[in-house]
Amino acid sequence: MSTVAAGDHHDHPESPYSIKRWLFTTNHKDIGTLYLWFAFIMFLIGGVMALVIRTELFQPGLQFVDPQFFNSMTTMHAIMMIFGVVMPAFTGLANWLIPMMIGAPDMALPRMNNWSFWILPFAFAMMLSTLFMDGGGPAGGWTLYPPLTLQTGDALPFVILSMHFMGLSSIMGAINVVATVLNMRAPGMTLMKMPLFVWTWLITAYLLIAVMPVLAGGITMLLTDKYFGTSFFNAAGGGDPVMFQHIFWFFGHPEVYILILPSFGVVSSIIPTFARKPLFGYASMVYATGAIAFLSFIVWAHHMFTVGMPLAGELFFMFATMLIAVPTGVKVFNWIATMWRGSMTFETPMLFALGFIVMFSIGGFSGLMLALAPVDFQYHDTYFVVAHFHYVLVPGSIFAIIAAVYYWLPKWCGNMYSEGLGKTHFWLSTIFVNLTFFPMHFVGLAGMPRRIPDYALQFSDYNMMATIGAFGFGLSQLLFLVLVIKAIRSGKKATSQVWEDAEGLEWTLPSPAPYHSFSTPPAIK
Amino acid sequence: MSDKTSKTTRGAAKLALAAVFMFSFGYLLVPLYDVFCDLTGLRFTDEEAVALSPQELEEDTSRVVTIQFDVSMNQGMSWRVKPEMQVMEVHPGRVYTTFYSASNRTAEEMVGQAVPSVAPIAANKYLVKTECFCFDNQMIAAGETVNMPLSFMLSPGLPPNVNLVTLSYTFFDITKNASAEKQLDGVLAYK
Amino acid sequence: MFAIKRLNAWLGLAFISVVSGSAFAGQPINMPPGVTDISLEVYNMHMIAFWLCVVIAVVVFSAMFYSIFAHRKSRGVTPATFHESTTIEAIWTIIPFVVLIALSIPATKTLIDMYDTSDYDLTVKITGYQWLWHYEYVEDGVDFHSKLQTSLSQINNDEEKGENYLLEVDNELVIPVGKKVRFLITSNDVIHAWWVPDLAVKKDAVPGFINEAWTRVNEPGIYRGQCAELCGRHHGFMPVVVRAVPEAEYQQWVAANAKPESATEYAAISE
Ligand code: HEM
Ligand SMILES: [Cu+2]
Ligand SMILES: [Cu+2]
Repeated sequence: MSTVAAGDHHDHPESPYSIKRWLFTTNHKDIGTLYLWFAFIMFLIGGVMALVIRTELFQPGLQFVDPQFFNSMTTMHAIMMIFGVVMPAFTGLANWLIPMMIGAPDMALPRMNNWSFWILPFAFAMMLSTLFMDGGGPAGGWTLYPPLTLQTGDALPFVILSMHFMGLSSIMGAINVVATVLNMRAPGMTLMKMPLFVWTWLITAYLLIAVMPVLAGGITMLLTDKYFGTSFFNAAGGGDPVMFQHIFWFFGHPEVYILILPSFGVVSSIIPTFARKPLFGYASMVYATGAIAFLSFIVWAHHMFTVGMPLAGELFFMFATMLIAVPTGVKVFNWIATMWRGSMTFETPMLFALGFIVMFSIGGFSGLMLALAPVDFQYHDTYFVVAHFHYVLVPGSIFAIIAAVYYWLPKWCGNMYSEGLGKTHFWLSTIFVNLTFFPMHFVGLAGMPRRIPDYALQFSDYNMMATIGAFGFGLSQLLFLVLVIKAIRSGKKATSQVWEDAEGLEWTLPSPAPYHSFSTPPAIK
Repeated sequence: MSDKTSKTTRGAAKLALAAVFMFSFGYLLVPLYDVFCDLTGLRFTDEEAVALSPQELEEDTSRVVTIQFDVSMNQGMSWRVKPEMQVMEVHPGRVYTTFYSASNRTAEEMVGQAVPSVAPIAANKYLVKTECFCFDNQMIAAGETVNMPLSFMLSPGLPPNVNLVTLSYTFFDITKNASAEKQLDGVLAYK
Repeated sequence: MFAIKRLNAWLGLAFISVVSGSAFAGQPINMPPGVTDISLEVYNMHMIAFWLCVVIAVVVFSAMFYSIFAHRKSRGVTPATFHESTTIEAIWTIIPFVVLIALSIPATKTLIDMYDTSDYDLTVKITGYQWLWHYEYVEDGVDFHSKLQTSLSQINNDEEKGENYLLEVDNELVIPVGKKVRFLITSNDVIHAWWVPDLAVKKDAVPGFINEAWTRVNEPGIYRGQCAELCGRHHGFMPVVVRAVPEAEYQQWVAANAKPESATEYAAISE
């Protein structure tokens, strides 16, 4: 096992053009950068898949792709975006920020850090290669329900293997975060002084360690059912296909919180800075995060209301799901109380954070509606659910990641980004994200099922609207790419403080942050 | 420093262990699911005859419940299976016997497995089978028809608002698996 | 710089008009109230939940936008420093809690009704296949397959699409109005889900397992739905069409379609 990095390296990085530097790096900043770029590339690939889907759905009728390929696009798009974009981007942010925020020189387990990143490109290359295999890529949905998923062709073992690698990578990343937070804090940095980003990530890391292995178990059972004659999910052999859904969602619901908790941390950092006022209810934010994490283990079957559960089960999961909305609400109230009577300015990170609050809440509202079991019979497996999770994930998680990049980019590269273009990026993204996903509520309520390549005529207007929005949103993100590259290569020099009222140890370091942050622990007030 | 290092390593090892435990927990969910199903009566799990306690055998003649027999063929299963009776009126607490007839109209010997299911879910726990063709797989020679017996009882605890119970069997063709198993048995026996 | 500012102002305006404009395209945007007592209950609950969300949203976002407007640095305000208030935090934890529990109570009642299949009038067994449905009228001895009737040339855009594009079948499920119809739902291969929005019935069809649901339709008419659970290549092409007719018409339909031989076969076996 590798050891604490402090001082066991030369002080200056090799040239950024050296491949060896990136392949063998154990530096948390280098690895953070790798994760973030990897996530962006996956974002483009997953985005192209989304556009394939939206192109086919532009008008009723089959125009561009075969239905089977369409299904594998929806499946792959979800896997790419969840495991390839949001999770790696968060891990990238954790790598960059956690050591700086807690006054540590590096992550606790730098060598493992290197492996956990470099597994990913192989995992995703394997996943993408399944599209070219006999029988096509996986097409049973990212939820991989048997028996349908067992009808996958040659791709199945590769899909499962690559998901094992993704899981392994995120478990290693999570272990690293926990080890870092628990062991590497500067003297005086007590747990209740940690920035919320560190707190939310710590809890996320525990969630990851708890549920990624459960997914691994479930998909291994799929594999052995298909190739080794077990019958975990085969009724003829005494198994039950519905049991897979229980196992999957036991992982799946905590997973959706894995995809959002670090965003809560990001927003909790940004709002106080631009409101020039301390975060309201720090302690309750920590407890709310803990409550959400705990409750997320007992609500899984709200994804399975229509599967045929006993009445008591149905009621239990409905009430538990209602409960989980409460701590989520508390967070939103706290952010608004933070803004209340502050002295606000609206730089790009703040705009994205505000966008997050409003649009994430819209997703929270639809979540609340979905929690009502008898009404969920109408919502389930329609575009209403698609609208729900895209609101919490795109203007939710993705907006928070973008906000984080704008917020900390000057610290990372030493230059300011272009504020005007940043705001343009915000407004374009906001317009198009709503144009894409808001109409999905309408078609879902009006009766359009999800995961279909063609639809009845009364859904056509809003589908057309969504497709236009999707292209707009996709293209707007190219502006983001340009903006980031411009900032890295040139731009106004950033001060070490960067933002007038930003608080936290990372702002005490020069911009760009030195290759090794706190070789001697900082003094904590 | 080295103290801290070993602490970190130990902490990380514990977390890795936790991950391994959670992997096993995924598998543990399988028996847990069975327990859960038994408790809630969600699914049948123990497919074997149940010994009846005397007080369960107390016939409640004041109550009549309709039992509806149903059958489905899974994909690729070509048998024709019919219940002897479509419906029966029964008293809770008494054992009844009926049968399903199955015919294999193909030119090959086939092995099938029947999987029972009960609706409403609330009745599941109370439908007790003392003898059932679903306890074992069934082999039917080419062109043969067999009558397969079923003995069952509704236990008197059946919730009072349930006056109809559907017992449904889905037949799966497991000829391939069964022959693979037989071969394996042969290999083991030879050893 | 100025140009970008102007652009951003225009984008802000465009955003508002998109959000408000999107509600006027003239196609359905809400859940149908449906044609059964249960579907109406579900619809009402949906609307209550929706308006509740609207109210909360208005309150919360008004506070937020007021703050954005009033508490901005450009207005020269100095920031306050408060960052805690146990009372307020307790209030906004408890109130939502109570509201949500209140919301769950009617939901519980409706759910209990949905699970009560007793006192039914007839049973229809529904079996999902890749990619069609099979209906069997258990007591009345009628059974048939029901599959998509829309022509391939419509799907491939070689012919104009009909009014019920993708929502039309060769054999409709005919049921009597005013009668409690109990559905037994299962599948032959993978998991499907049988869904008709106007009846507020959606239930998964799981191989090896029967699920139950029921409906009592109040108005004669044709009600269309679709398979709701991804079931493979043609998942988007296995609609459900229910035709609810008066009792007398239903009896005629049964008489015309019942297959007497299935009844005789039973008799032969039980001899
Ligand atoms: C207020 C809190 C929330 C509640 C009450 C809630 C409730 C629900 C419910 C009941 C469903 C199942 C709908 C159905 O399939 O019929 C669902 C689906 C989903 N939710 Fe949420 N949700 C909440 C927040 C979130 C968050 C924060 C995320 C992730 C960032 C999220 C991501 C998802 C996803 C991805 C699905 C769909 C999964 C799938 O079927 O593919 N939700 N939510
Ligand atoms: Cu969930
Ligand atoms: Cu389907």
